[in-house]
Amino acid sequence: MDIDKFLNQHEKKDLLRFLTCGSVDDGKSTLIGRLLFDSKLIYEDQLSALRRDSEKNGTTGAGEIDYALLLDGLKAEREQGITIDVAYRYFSTPKRKFIIADTPGHEQYTRNMATGASTANLAIILIDTRYGVVTQTKRHAFIISLLGIKHLVVAINKMDLVDYSQEVFNNIRQSFAEFVEHLDIPDVQYIPISALKGENVVEKSSVMPWYQGDSLLEFLESVNVASDRNFTDFRFPVQYVSRPHLDFRGFAGTVASGVVKVGDKVKVLPSLKLSKVKNIVTADGNLHEAFPPQAVTIELEDEIDISSGDMLVHVNNQPKVSQHFEAVVIWMTDSQLKPGSNYLIRHAGRNVKSRVDTIIYNIDVNTLQKNKTEGLGLNEIGRIVVSTTKPLYFDAYSKNHETGSFVLIDPITNATAGAGMIIEGVSFDSQQDDGVKDTETRLKDHVERREFYWETGLVENKERILRNRHMGKTIVVTGSNNNAVQELATKLEQRLFRLNMNSYFLGISSIKNGLDADIQNNLIERDERVRRLGELSRILTDAGLIFITALTDAGDYELNRLKVLNSPNELLIINVDESNFKTVAADANLASENSLESNLQSIIKLLSAKNIIPEYCI
Amino acid sequence: MSEYSLSQLRQLEAESIHIFRDAVGQFERPILLYSIGKDSSVLVRLAQKAFYPGRLPFKLLHIDSTWKFREMIEFRDRFCAEQGLELLVHHNKEGKAAGANPFDYGSRKYTDIMKTQALLQALDEGKFDVAFGGARRDEEKSRAKERIYSFRDRHHQWDPKNQRPELWSLYNGRINPGESVRVFPLSNWTEVDIWQYIRLEKIPIVPLYFAKKRPVVERDGSLIMVDDDRMRLNPGEKPVEKLVRFRTLGCYPLTGAIESSAETIEEIVAEMLQTRQSERSTRVIDHDGDSSMEQKKREGYF
Repeated sequence: MDIDKFLNQHEKKDLLRFLTCGSVDDGKSTLIGRLLFDSKLIYEDQLSALRRDSEKNGTTGAGEIDYALLLDGLKAEREQGITIDVAYRYFSTPKRKFIIADTPGHEQYTRNMATGASTANLAIILIDTRYGVVTQTKRHAFIISLLGIKHLVVAINKMDLVDYSQEVFNNIRQSFAEFVEHLDIPDVQYIPISALKGENVVEKSSVMPWYQGDSLLEFLESVNVASDRNFTDFRFPVQYVSRPHLDFRGFAGTVASGVVKVGDKVKVLPSLKLSKVKNIVTADGNLHEAFPPQAVTIELEDEIDISSGDMLVHVNNQPKVSQHFEAVVIWMTDSQLKPGSNYLIRHAGRNVKSRVDTIIYNIDVNTLQKNKTEGLGLNEIGRIVVSTTKPLYFDAYSKNHETGSFVLIDPITNATAGAGMIIEGVSFDSQQDDGVKDTETRLKDHVERREFYWETGLVENKERILRNRHMGKTIVVTGSNNNAVQELATKLEQRLFRLNMNSYFLGISSIKNGLDADIQNNLIERDERVRRLGELSRILTDAGLIFITALTDAGDYELNRLKVLNSPNELLIINVDESNFKTVAADANLASENSLESNLQSIIKLLSAKNIIPEYCI
Repeated sequence: MSEYSLSQLRQLEAESIHIFRDAVGQFERPILLYSIGKDSSVLVRLAQKAFYPGRLPFKLLHIDSTWKFREMIEFRDRFCAEQGLELLVHHNKEGKAAGANPFDYGSRKYTDIMKTQALLQALDEGKFDVAFGGARRDEEKSRAKERIYSFRDRHHQWDPKNQRPELWSLYNGRINPGESVRVFPLSNWTEVDIWQYIRLEKIPIVPLYFAKKRPVVERDGSLIMVDDDRMRLNPGEKPVEKLVRFRTLGCYPLTGAIESSAETIEEIVAEMLQTRQSERSTRVIDHDGDSSMEQKKREGYF
């Protein structure tokens, strides 16, 4: 081998950081062991130590190497046989260098998976062909989407145990695809593999001719992740002020996002002072421009006071500057997060005092249901409202991982207690300090404020009712069967319209691409969709319409929010078949096996009984 | 947008620079633990880049076990003088007075006295709250889970169960008085990366890394160099001249050489790619028993 060529190539390689996750015994360690072994990263002395350990602690058969033992670093884990922390492994091929964040599949370790995912460009989820998509698979996919990983490889493993059956592969693929649709992961690849036999791991397999795609390693070598970074919004948190002598004053830091060029007009946060970039200094010479993740030192034209923790941004593109925001937080410590507790926020290179005002809900990672909660425990995920003593300069995590992420530090134990991702939308108009409140109070206060400022025209509500011959109302049709829900809602609009009512049906997908076009399609931002729907229904009811919408799979949290947002008007909830809520009472429970006509009649009777429409309509 | 991409080596470099600056911002009394080896050379270069055009805002600390290779000490003094680095050297005076040596005390006890205890003395004396080290996660399996900011309690103990989660590039450096953090800017570098960077940046390293005829004895499967007359030869042992080099450097009686003819970095890398032995296999102390490295780390060893 020409070593110069090798070294030059190695120097220019790019880097892919990926995360591996899976359930217990799905072959993850075998897969990683194989990737390392096939790329010659396991040495003979490690291998012989491994043979020795395999005999002592291994769970594989005699004479077989238990790769998991190679990967589990710490003694305690080796004895317990579970991996309890994130381990980082390194290997490289002629094309790329790889950093694997190896996280345990064990039930309780959401925290570790989030840690590994925070720096990963890509995730691999292993699915055992014998069990298919299990609860843990869904949980892992959810956390991957939460942490904003854009590329997901679903490695359907142990194909050797199902005779390399295409049908098994297709079934698993389909059931995963249905689930992942709600999660906003842009790039999902499915690869049938056998980690044990090495099929489709490094080389393309010859035993699965029906599979035309890349082997796992081929895909890892070629997937394009360079464009995943944010090159639009220039953000430069100042880490260190460099003043080696009187003639030099530079601001050292890492370009978190965006591109900065010499001559660019910049603004300093929080002082709002303006200047221009004079030089971009590095030890290897000055640069004309800098981009993420370059670490540079910026000299400005003007002498302005800047300290570490300040941020340089472009004049015409600034982050949000606020002392209030909402975020999804993953709790990482034993002591519960309670509303009203104080934490230090570490965000964009500085620590700021903060208080968690409200825990809006927690998310059950297994069912993805949002639930009311008093606190968040270890490994729980929830949505919170945070206030800080000084303004933070931030972007939504979905747009900018660097300025949208933070950790919460317990000021007493100094432990890293939680990890947070700032959300674009807000559930409440929390622009002022509202203090510590529970979710309901906060929402009611919001509605009270809104109603206080509500402007009415000259036409009175009763005039509208007299002319329309019915009241305004919002009807939400829900249930777990999407087709039944849609059909009932649209037919109801039609029937009421034919009865001379001002009925109007609005489908979610109409809003998705219009009013909600700025909102990402995922579980967290769905809250913002619901908020807008709630505000919209308040307006349309006020306009005198019978406003009908179909919200498949609405849960307690969402229905409660819609109810409060609609007040002072009341919401009518019609449920078809199985429901996804428990505490909220539906105004009518219908079954799709009844005739459509009888279901429509039931609703009309109900509307009439509630004096929304006149009796003669029945 | 593809023109805005950095090679993996430049990404690693940027990450290390970020870590240096972050830690200097978060702590009061930083120190860089300088071991004279190739990783230390790279560590120093990255620190210089992080604070360019300024000088390093911290000193270097070398824990001298008094049994280092002579060439290491020569290199250390020359390197620090040339680079304008402020160097502190510490050794365990009681240990030295008691004549601690690897032959009579055994590698384990000797290492504890002359390296671990010496390090802890120096850290206490200097009241350093953060110490930069050149450890890499690929070196040894107990290191694979090591944090970049590794928390140490008042007694410098490392508790694997009580390490802080590390997400994104947000490092939690909050400590109480007396506690400290070891920061490892090279965490994500591999051995090949280190060599590549040394070549690319023309970083000076100790000549012991390159093959040369050196007097060695073979002992328990390791080639031990007879660096000075303190080396005790067992009956029947006779130093022979062999063409050898070292993959890692430490105390000469505890550091095995490998037979090699690699005289340039390119040849070293070529040899490394073909070798079937990991880097730490030449360290006698790592084989002191199962989980030996982890045990030493808990006690405060680097």
